[in-house]
Amino acid sequence: MTVVLDGIVAPLRYAFMVRGLIAVVIVGIVCATIGSYVVLRGLAFFGDALAHAILPGVAVGYLMSGGAQGPVFLWGLVTAVLTAIGIGAIGQGARVKEDAAIGVVFAGMFALGIALISTVRSYAVDLAHFMFGDVLGVAPTDLWLTGALGAVVLLTILLLYKEFMVLCFDPVLAVTLRLPSTLLHYLLLVLIALTIVSALQTVGVALMVAMLVTPPSTAYLLTRRLSTMMFLGALLGALAGVVGLYLSYYISIASGAAIVLVSTAFFAAAFVFAPHKGVLRRRLRREAS
Amino acid sequence: MPVEHKPLFARPVDHEEGAPFLDVSHVTLRYDGHTALEDVSFGLSAGERVAVVGPNGAGKSTLFKVIAGVLDPTAGQVRVAGHCPAGHICIAFVPQRSQVDWRFPVSVADVVMMGRAGRLGPLRYPGRRDRESVRACLQVVGLADLANRQISELSGGQQQRMFIARALAQEAELMLMDEPLTGLDLPSQEQILDILDALRARKVTVMVATHDLNLAAERFDSVLLLNRRVLGFGRPAEVFGEAQLREAYGGHLHLVPTTGGTIVLSDTCCEGHE
Repeated sequence: MTVVLDGIVAPLRYAFMVRGLIAVVIVGIVCATIGSYVVLRGLAFFGDALAHAILPGVAVGYLMSGGAQGPVFLWGLVTAVLTAIGIGAIGQGARVKEDAAIGVVFAGMFALGIALISTVRSYAVDLAHFMFGDVLGVAPTDLWLTGALGAVVLLTILLLYKEFMVLCFDPVLAVTLRLPSTLLHYLLLVLIALTIVSALQTVGVALMVAMLVTPPSTAYLLTRRLSTMMFLGALLGALAGVVGLYLSYYISIASGAAIVLVSTAFFAAAFVFAPHKGVLRRRLRREAS
Repeated sequence: MPVEHKPLFARPVDHEEGAPFLDVSHVTLRYDGHTALEDVSFGLSAGERVAVVGPNGAGKSTLFKVIAGVLDPTAGQVRVAGHCPAGHICIAFVPQRSQVDWRFPVSVADVVMMGRAGRLGPLRYPGRRDRESVRACLQVVGLADLANRQISELSGGQQQRMFIARALAQEAELMLMDEPLTGLDLPSQEQILDILDALRARKVTVMVATHDLNLAAERFDSVLLLNRRVLGFGRPAEVFGEAQLREAYGGHLHLVPTTGGTIVLSDTCCEGHE
């Protein structure tokens, strides 16, 4: 027992570990909450694309400041919001199929980001940070920025919970109730953008979609109410963050990857064992009938 | 004796006194070089019950979406109680069941509560009054016992009745129902028609898109025969002439003359791809 307790407490001697843990908890909660709408509105590919598309913004901030976090954050934020609105506009205009259009924009932006970063000599290391995150390198100011962005996202969802739910479930109803559908749609995209930027340092660009999609999908298998899905998803997201971070500490694997793997393991368990929607239960039911 | 309707909350636009309840005039809708509706005109008074019939692709869903203010017509205009539809929150569009994500994590009561969202306004959570309204609406359609069920656990008829309850929670005065009876067994159809009968007392105007010409003739005040254009509008007996039906359906319809009148056999089917 004391061994386990020691194992949990020991890493907390390090301030970077404590900051990392706080960061993954915040990010886990915020990503899963907005992620519930992402899953239900079918925006997983949009989220993945948006995460990749902010790379050039991040790169410009990085090149201009020589690596300081503030400008990287700010440039990432501006790029994310503009790209979210841009992709939204492509979807509404629809000259090309929407997912193809997203693919074009996302790959182009991502390539531009890589090209920009490759002008620096320490290219490989820097790119890896942006791609996979650097949760143990989270500075106190980063924590404040992550917390502030997260608070904005959560507060907006708290205020517009029912409007977003109507928009996701039945867009036609949203129009006949004269809700500002287009505005709400863009607001949702912008909130996803803010979330992605707030989580950038924790998981990086490449694994971002897992933070948005995996915990809510796990929760989806375990509940039949949207509010519960959000709470449970947030809990699972935060838990996966904490467990993943300890795992990376003890067996020395990349922290972002560890977090996502733990999250995926939760999903796999729910997929098999979920009380109503699980594979096991469904098979048993089929055999019973 | 008209029943006075008192909304719980102020509606966005007032209903103009004396204006026809629904006035569709010369509505045309084109998209991608394809004409979905052409010069559609008709009017309804409050409390009327109309069946909209026509083959697949006749523009029934499109017409409903124009009336609901979801789609804007290319030409012509729609007036509901004297105002354009976009100002009203009293128009309910009941979707085809195939258009709904039944695995969405919401209960029956949650869906009905969505109807309250427009009355509640932004930044507000439902209160006691809204919950009472939801319960009352579920009672009207006989689903009070199933309020906490996940929506995928309902039968087809129950799903359809849930949407009627949602329209009631919205305090809808015009209900546009897109193929509500398609794929339902006869008792379920009958249940829904009975609920629509009960709505008559509330002065709710109902438009129902249907494939079932016999049902349209038997259970509705008037029918609108549509195939991009209006081919007939009025009492069923006037509209369902052989010539008009042939014009609407072409060869997809068999008219069988019997001693009691004409029996209509339609072989357009029911998936409603529009």
